[in-house]
Amino acid sequence: MVPPTQESRQHPTMQQRVLRHIDWTAYLYILPAFVILAVFHIFPVFYAIDISLNKGAINKFKFVGLQNYARALTSPDFWTALVNTFSFALMTILAAMALGLLFAYLLYQGVRGQSIYRTIYFLPYVLSTVGSSIVWAWVFDPSSGLANLALKTIGVQPLRWLIEPKGIFQLIGEQLNLPVPAWLHGPSLALVAIAIFTIWQTVGYNIVIFLAGLTNIPGEIYDAAQIDGANSFQLFRYITFPLLSPTLFFVLVISVIGSFQSFNQIYSMNIAAAQTLGGPLGTTYTMTVYMFDQLYTYSNYGYASAIAVLLSALILILTLVNFRFIGARTENMEVGE
Amino acid sequence: MTIALNRDRLIHIIKRLLVHLVLLTGALFSLFPFVWMVLTSLKSYIEASAAENFFPSHWLFSNYVQAWNQVGLFPRYFENTLFMAVTTTLGVLITSSLASYAFARMRFPGRDTLFIILLSTMMVPFEVTLIPNFILMRDLHWIDHYEALIIPWTASAFSIFLLRQFFKAIPSELYDAAVLDGCTHFQFLRSIVLPLSKPALVTSALFTFLGSWNSLMWPLLVTNNPVMRPLQVGITSFITDAGTEVQYLLAAVTISVIPVILIYFFLQRWFIEGIARVGIRG
Repeated sequence: MVPPTQESRQHPTMQQRVLRHIDWTAYLYILPAFVILAVFHIFPVFYAIDISLNKGAINKFKFVGLQNYARALTSPDFWTALVNTFSFALMTILAAMALGLLFAYLLYQGVRGQSIYRTIYFLPYVLSTVGSSIVWAWVFDPSSGLANLALKTIGVQPLRWLIEPKGIFQLIGEQLNLPVPAWLHGPSLALVAIAIFTIWQTVGYNIVIFLAGLTNIPGEIYDAAQIDGANSFQLFRYITFPLLSPTLFFVLVISVIGSFQSFNQIYSMNIAAAQTLGGPLGTTYTMTVYMFDQLYTYSNYGYASAIAVLLSALILILTLVNFRFIGARTENMEVGE
Repeated sequence: MTIALNRDRLIHIIKRLLVHLVLLTGALFSLFPFVWMVLTSLKSYIEASAAENFFPSHWLFSNYVQAWNQVGLFPRYFENTLFMAVTTTLGVLITSSLASYAFARMRFPGRDTLFIILLSTMMVPFEVTLIPNFILMRDLHWIDHYEALIIPWTASAFSIFLLRQFFKAIPSELYDAAVLDGCTHFQFLRSIVLPLSKPALVTSALFTFLGSWNSLMWPLLVTNNPVMRPLQVGITSFITDAGTEVQYLLAAVTISVIPVILIYFFLQRWFIEGIARVGIRG
């Protein structure tokens, strides 16, 4: 406690001062934002849980308890969607983070034209997913797409890309005449193609964030390490990587959330490749697509809500796992801060 | 000695060249879909579907007129999207400025709790609120009305967070001086805080505008009447209308993308520094 001084004794007591300083108008300032967020973003979470316990058309809901959840967890479609969601997340997050780090690190070396490169890399991120998906669906077009044109020039057989339900490892096995067991077929080429698009779209975001993180590392640390004779690999391993790990962690958390919520590119590319939703043969059915299909095509409000709640719970658990296991470790690795 | 130096220089130059080679490959990879999109949109149908020439043999600018006319509602889609994006952005700026100011500068019971509650909405996946909000829109009879496209999105926890960080950094001495001059909170916010916070306001406006311009799932759900559709929904329905006439489809996509590309190239500093600032927050 601070001992009372001559000056503070002349002032009103602490409690009176606090009371006098309360700005009651503050609630008015918060009101508009609070009403919108409460009505459209907070209350619906609870409502969604409520709907997920019901069945039937809107206004004719019938309480069925946990039946929708039981149905989801015993449905093969649900598990396919879950596996697809995980493979999609794994492909996009790993590649976009690795490429993002590589390019940010190269730009960080102080190359000429750094900001021009950065502007170009970030461009795909701001463009509408619908527009870019249509362009990429055309890139992947089996008969006249750029992707097969590129394969042709290096002497590889043309592929069917967005309409290919066969697994990626299965296709590689066929090329090499190796038998691949069914459980090792991997995600369909269609899903891989959508993942390639997603990597293209998000890598620029990662580059910008990583570059900002790299720029935040004080240069003196590098100078000191170089005086001690560290080589460039050691610099990366013992300075850059640990000091950048909070940034890496931030990008990981954002990427996990983003990738599990991916919908727009899958929907648009399905349509642009003249496939049914989640096609070919359901191999691009992710959790969001499954939910949307149940909602939009079949009007299964309760069931779709149950899928949405399960998806949210999954995202929440993964975020907590990230914080618990990776976040805790990056805290320990923070040397300078 | 000089030979060794020259060798070091040579290695240095080769290293630089390699770095630029990788960076250029990345830049090409980022840009080629657009270049190809524009080039294909100017080809004839036969040329576009053959994909043998890189450049069109005849530059058919008339494809754009065709695409524009073929989607009879194109101007309408444009208007809808523009109206939706601009109003949403204005709404977010107003609600966020007010709330952020209260959180950054005013003292009131429950301030931190309320702030955390609002921030927690950033964690909620969009999908889970989709169905309840859709039902709410039906009950409010907002389906096929601008209200459904705009009002749920006129507040954003992300913007509140971004602006609050910025407002907090404004020295409190400024406020003390303003109060001495008889300034109210609202006057202080309007005439001092907001003008000083331009970077944060622009960043927040850009991301809101972009999010609205590019949104798909929500407008898809709440618009049945083609007249009410925004651009992105219109374009996806054009895929089936255009059939195999890919040059018209890509012309339509080009038209829909041009405003965003223009905004981006003029304001790219705000985009990039904005997300860098949010990503690297302390």
